[in-house]
Amino acid sequence: MKIRTLVRLALQAIRKNKMRATLTMLGIIIGVAAVIVMVAIGSGARARIAAQINNLGTNMIVITPGSSNTAGVSQGAQAFPTLSIADVDKIRAEAQYVTGVSPVVVSRSQVVAAQANWRTTINGVDTDYQTIRDWQTDDGVFFGDDDVRAQHTVAVIGHTVAQRLFGTNEPVGQDILIAQASFKVVGVLTPKGQTAAGTDSDDVIFVPYTTAATRLNGKNRIPQIVASAGSQQDIPAAQDEIRGLVRESHRLTTNDEDDFTVRNQTDLATAAESSTQVMTMLLAAIASISLLVGGIGIMNIMLVSVTERTREIGIRLAIGARGSDVLTQFLVESIVMGLLGGAIGLALGVAGAKVLGHFTGWETVISPIVMLIAIGFSGAVGVFFGYYPARKAAALNPIQALRYE
Amino acid sequence: MSDVVIETRQITKTYASGSNSVHALREIDLTVRRGEFIAVMGTSGSGKSTLMNVLGCLDTPTSGSYLLDGVQVELLDRNELAAIRNQKIGFVFQGFNLLARTSAVENVQLPLLYDRSGRKRDTHALAIAALVSVGLGERVEHEPSELSGGQQQRVAIARALVTEPAIILADEPTGNLDTRTSIEVMALFQTLNDQGITIVLVTHEHDIALYAKRIVEMRDGSIRRDELVKDRRNAAADLEQEERSAA
Repeated sequence: MKIRTLVRLALQAIRKNKMRATLTMLGIIIGVAAVIVMVAIGSGARARIAAQINNLGTNMIVITPGSSNTAGVSQGAQAFPTLSIADVDKIRAEAQYVTGVSPVVVSRSQVVAAQANWRTTINGVDTDYQTIRDWQTDDGVFFGDDDVRAQHTVAVIGHTVAQRLFGTNEPVGQDILIAQASFKVVGVLTPKGQTAAGTDSDDVIFVPYTTAATRLNGKNRIPQIVASAGSQQDIPAAQDEIRGLVRESHRLTTNDEDDFTVRNQTDLATAAESSTQVMTMLLAAIASISLLVGGIGIMNIMLVSVTERTREIGIRLAIGARGSDVLTQFLVESIVMGLLGGAIGLALGVAGAKVLGHFTGWETVISPIVMLIAIGFSGAVGVFFGYYPARKAAALNPIQALRYE
Repeated sequence: MSDVVIETRQITKTYASGSNSVHALREIDLTVRRGEFIAVMGTSGSGKSTLMNVLGCLDTPTSGSYLLDGVQVELLDRNELAAIRNQKIGFVFQGFNLLARTSAVENVQLPLLYDRSGRKRDTHALAIAALVSVGLGERVEHEPSELSGGQQQRVAIARALVTEPAIILADEPTGNLDTRTSIEVMALFQTLNDQGITIVLVTHEHDIALYAKRIVEMRDGSIRRDELVKDRRNAAADLEQEERSAA
């Protein structure tokens, strides 16, 4: 029999028992819709985290004072467990895998402009910082090496700060007061949005670290150094290199513990990503169980259907259908039921993900591959759970089947 | 090709029933020639249904040989038997056995859909032609529930005819019909037989058997009597007479 005839037969059989078929397919419908929604939300979360990784900067490495992996009671009493400009200079001069390095001197201060004032974070950094964080300016420019060397009082402000201090006015060229010192705004940064931790990346001001040291905190201590590796693959090598150079710079002997920590910022993001991946898998597993239940429903109804249609099977066998013809007929019927349920579930799932995304603000991503897998899976459920009833139908004895009342 | 359609030699059929076995058929020798119209008679338990199942390739004999239209049937497997049923045999059952909620033409088409010979045929047109030949040209799209018993049986006969089988096997075809409709169906069988179609029908009604050309009577699994019908009845004439007496 032609496949078209078989599918038509299957659809006819389903139409003859609309209510029953619908209820049977409900399991598959709910299963597929659940899978689609869960995966859409999971993928959305992953996409958001991927965007945040990019936000952190390209291949960024962070060096902080102190050690995270020692108890550190005696370490704390050591003379200078902090980082210094000497460390930055040594990394810049000697490291091969490092493409950029910058100290980060952090302070918080009230900032005053002509019309408004705002309390924000002031970061003293080097010019490399811009490339390390991959942070463009919307307006004006980032300060240059001259500004750093000459300790110019120039500032590059974040998008949020620009809005708070200047509203709709042009910030570049204006003067602002930071801790009683006057700075000229030379650039406004492109907004980066929220960090992974949920704070505002754009609520920040950058000034040359040299200026920050003399005008803002008056100390030579550096709470953080950031650096970037040439490429993702270079990150481990760059981390090792930095560790060696800073140990040398700190004159640590082989028995000494590190008095600083070198971290790769993407570690955090990767951990976060893998945890959402686990979540997605978990949700998909739960959804798969409902698919399984749906499959059992199909099997149940197919068994009932085979019993009910024993006489029909007898007629078909008597007039020349082979066992394989009957098997195919019932198998196609359960596959069609599975696929139909899968298609309806897919439509509901896509709609559900869109609605959920709209009302919760969660990003949802529905890939065509997931759709294909969902449809394929529901077809496979039809095959798997339809096979046993179909085989039962095919094995019927025509004489007994014809006599069946 | 020889004009022998069916030739059985020493066919037996034994069912194991607990410790003792039941001999449903005992060494049946039966020859059916092309163009014959045979009525197999017998009480229930005489073995006539078993014989019908064996002749119809729905069941295989325990021993003996069965030649159907040149094919040695007892050597065939399940799938080959299905093909033989499809191509060489047309079944007509007591309970009509049409597919419910399926139009007459689709019911008649059904055997053609299971044809594996690979012939390209317009199955729909063939089905329509078969329905026309049984006088149901006006009812092709009707479903069984919309047809009378006689009409349903005629759809079943059309389904049996559509594959141009070597033989039509009818198992109590008038069992569910009233007298008048029974005679109508027998008239149809006689017409078909006149056109050269070989028919074997099982019945327990002597009146119905008289429309055949030859009667085979069975008892306890053996053929007890096998003779030609002496005063054969003409169903068409009977119908006419009945109409006259009614008027």
